[in-house]
Amino acid sequence: MPFGVPAMDGALPGGGLALGALHEVAGSGADEEDGVTAAAFIAGILARLLPPQPVLWCLAADDLYGPGLAACGLAPERLILMRGGNDQDVLWAMEEGLRSKALAAVVGEVATLSLSASRRLQLAAEASGNTALALRRWRNADLASRQRLSPNAAVTRWRVKALPSESRGEPGVGKPRWQVALWRCRGGVPAEWMVEACDATGHVALAAALVDRPARLRQVANG
Amino acid sequence: MTAVNAAAEGLGIVPGLPLTDARALHPSLAVAAADPVGDRAALLRLARWCGRYSPWVAVDGADGLWLDVTGCAHLHDGEESLVHDVIARLAAQGIAGRAAIAETAGAAWALARFGSRAAIVVLSGDVAQAIKNLKINGLRFDNEVSSELDRLGLREIGDLLRLPRVALVARFGNRVAERLDQLLGQVAEPLSPLPPSPLRWTRRRFAEPILTPEAIAAATEALLLALCRRLGGEQMGARRLVLTLYRVDGETAEVAVGTARPSRDPRHLMRLLAEGLGEVDPGLGIEDMILAATAVERLVPAQLGLKRLTGPAARQLARSILEAEGIGRDGTGAAELAVLVDRLASRLGPEAIGCLAPRQSHVPERAQRFAPVFAAGTDAPWPAARRPIRLLSRPEPIEAVAPVPDDPPILFRWRRLAHRVRRADGPERIAGEWWRGGERDAVRDYYGVEDEEGRRFWLFRAGLYRPEIPARWFLHGLFA
Repeated sequence: MPFGVPAMDGALPGGGLALGALHEVAGSGADEEDGVTAAAFIAGILARLLPPQPVLWCLAADDLYGPGLAACGLAPERLILMRGGNDQDVLWAMEEGLRSKALAAVVGEVATLSLSASRRLQLAAEASGNTALALRRWRNADLASRQRLSPNAAVTRWRVKALPSESRGEPGVGKPRWQVALWRCRGGVPAEWMVEACDATGHVALAAALVDRPARLRQVANG
Repeated sequence: MTAVNAAAEGLGIVPGLPLTDARALHPSLAVAAADPVGDRAALLRLARWCGRYSPWVAVDGADGLWLDVTGCAHLHDGEESLVHDVIARLAAQGIAGRAAIAETAGAAWALARFGSRAAIVVLSGDVAQAIKNLKINGLRFDNEVSSELDRLGLREIGDLLRLPRVALVARFGNRVAERLDQLLGQVAEPLSPLPPSPLRWTRRRFAEPILTPEAIAAATEALLLALCRRLGGEQMGARRLVLTLYRVDGETAEVAVGTARPSRDPRHLMRLLAEGLGEVDPGLGIEDMILAATAVERLVPAQLGLKRLTGPAARQLARSILEAEGIGRDGTGAAELAVLVDRLASRLGPEAIGCLAPRQSHVPERAQRFAPVFAAGTDAPWPAARRPIRLLSRPEPIEAVAPVPDDPPILFRWRRLAHRVRRADGPERIAGEWWRGGERDAVRDYYGVEDEEGRRFWLFRAGLYRPEIPARWFLHGLFA
């Protein structure tokens, strides 16, 4: 499924995000705990998945807010939420969800994702064609440093970071921007982009400052 | 003395006698403290155990049970063998029971408590004959009435039956005459059963008690198939199933499962039951199993045959019917989703699975609720204002430096990290809901702020700005 941004789709094998596969999205800095930008980035992806079948979203904390999701283009009614579970429960529920024909995708907020657990998810996703998204949330710096770069079977691994909003000389918070890093991609090129946060249709766009120039493609450290 | 055994009764020790008097009569008397709460629990346990004879069981006072065995007796080779089976099985559990079957509840009660034998069956026509020599206490009178009757020299039920009814009514009002009518079946006597009687149930008894998990699972599956076939015939689906397993030692085990949508798919329901079956302790063996659908809802079968229709109009019709049945174009949809939801809920608990539903409220934390899947009504639209994607379940207090009144803070500290505010929106004033007690003055001024790194937060100041009191600031949400 393409992002609709040629620079991003060009870096991904197949010209877009592979469906029926496991992808990992994490925040950056202090946002690794709350997974705010990661949640919005995922919501944008889910919003563009067709047909609009339900999505199972397994929460680590009871803090997902429907009105905010709607702003990213994802109708909150599409979500089936699971809450109050630990990592094991989330991984189990994700696998169950991946086997169900009723869902389009499964999102799991997990702290620990071992190589074997991620392989199971990847295999279940391949078998059913459902897309799995692991939203990484780490409660403390210790856990984050151990898990951040640990290997797993995700086809793509993303890191999304909030950037200061664009100033157009007006007061107030401007258009939110993100730095989106694809730092691991099976069969593709790691790269990062500066984008405008996803709009009400779930699309991101290259940040205005960059549109007129060739997209800055930079090789990033390959974990 | 609360209760005595037959040996003690023979020695003249009767319930109601003070313990000191009884000890004076027989110093070697064995005495145990009465435990009414424990007795009550044991009686309820016994009532559930009696579900093996009839789905309709009610508790009677402190030491009795009603069973309506109408239409059940043939399963036990007739009333005689049923009543003897009850007494024998009670005796095996160490309970000295008495039982009677009669065509009225009143007669059965009198015969069970005052009859000549421990197991009595009185079938139609013989009631008056069978009860006339019973003690008058068999009519379930209170103490006042029975002592009055005793004073009049009326000791047996037959004595009362011989009296003219007019005289009885004149003396005692309707109470005595009504009891007599109930006894003889001239007026109906409704009894309230213990659990609501499940109308849809299947049952299996085993010649030899079964013990292995495989055998129990196989028996459950057979019960389920029979139940689902029956539900299919009635166009019903189960919302709640209760499997009761009767152990050889008189204990019962229960497995209850619920479904998000009515279902009669044996494969799906079996997977749900299997979770609970794993925790059943069969003890020395299971001799009897009952599977009941305690809650059902209408479930019209999907007319899958319509798929074969040809022509665009017919296909459109088929599609709309299938979608109305909760089956999508590719044969999946709500029904498939219900299977997943039930599976998740049976392992993680029903409160762990839900969906987001909007609610008509300006207070951010009330604008959304966690509703059961399939039950969420969309009575309100989602708020259109700019809202964060993560809302903390409880606003977290922050230390904020806000020197200008009605301006956002320039610096705040949240979770031990300092954030310098670079840009801000607001304020957006959200008033508390005055119709809720204690919220009359709960005004919040919300600000969307962005820190130096680009993280975006939703903060609010509680209450109106007042120079003389330090403002209380909270962080409520996080923008992407």
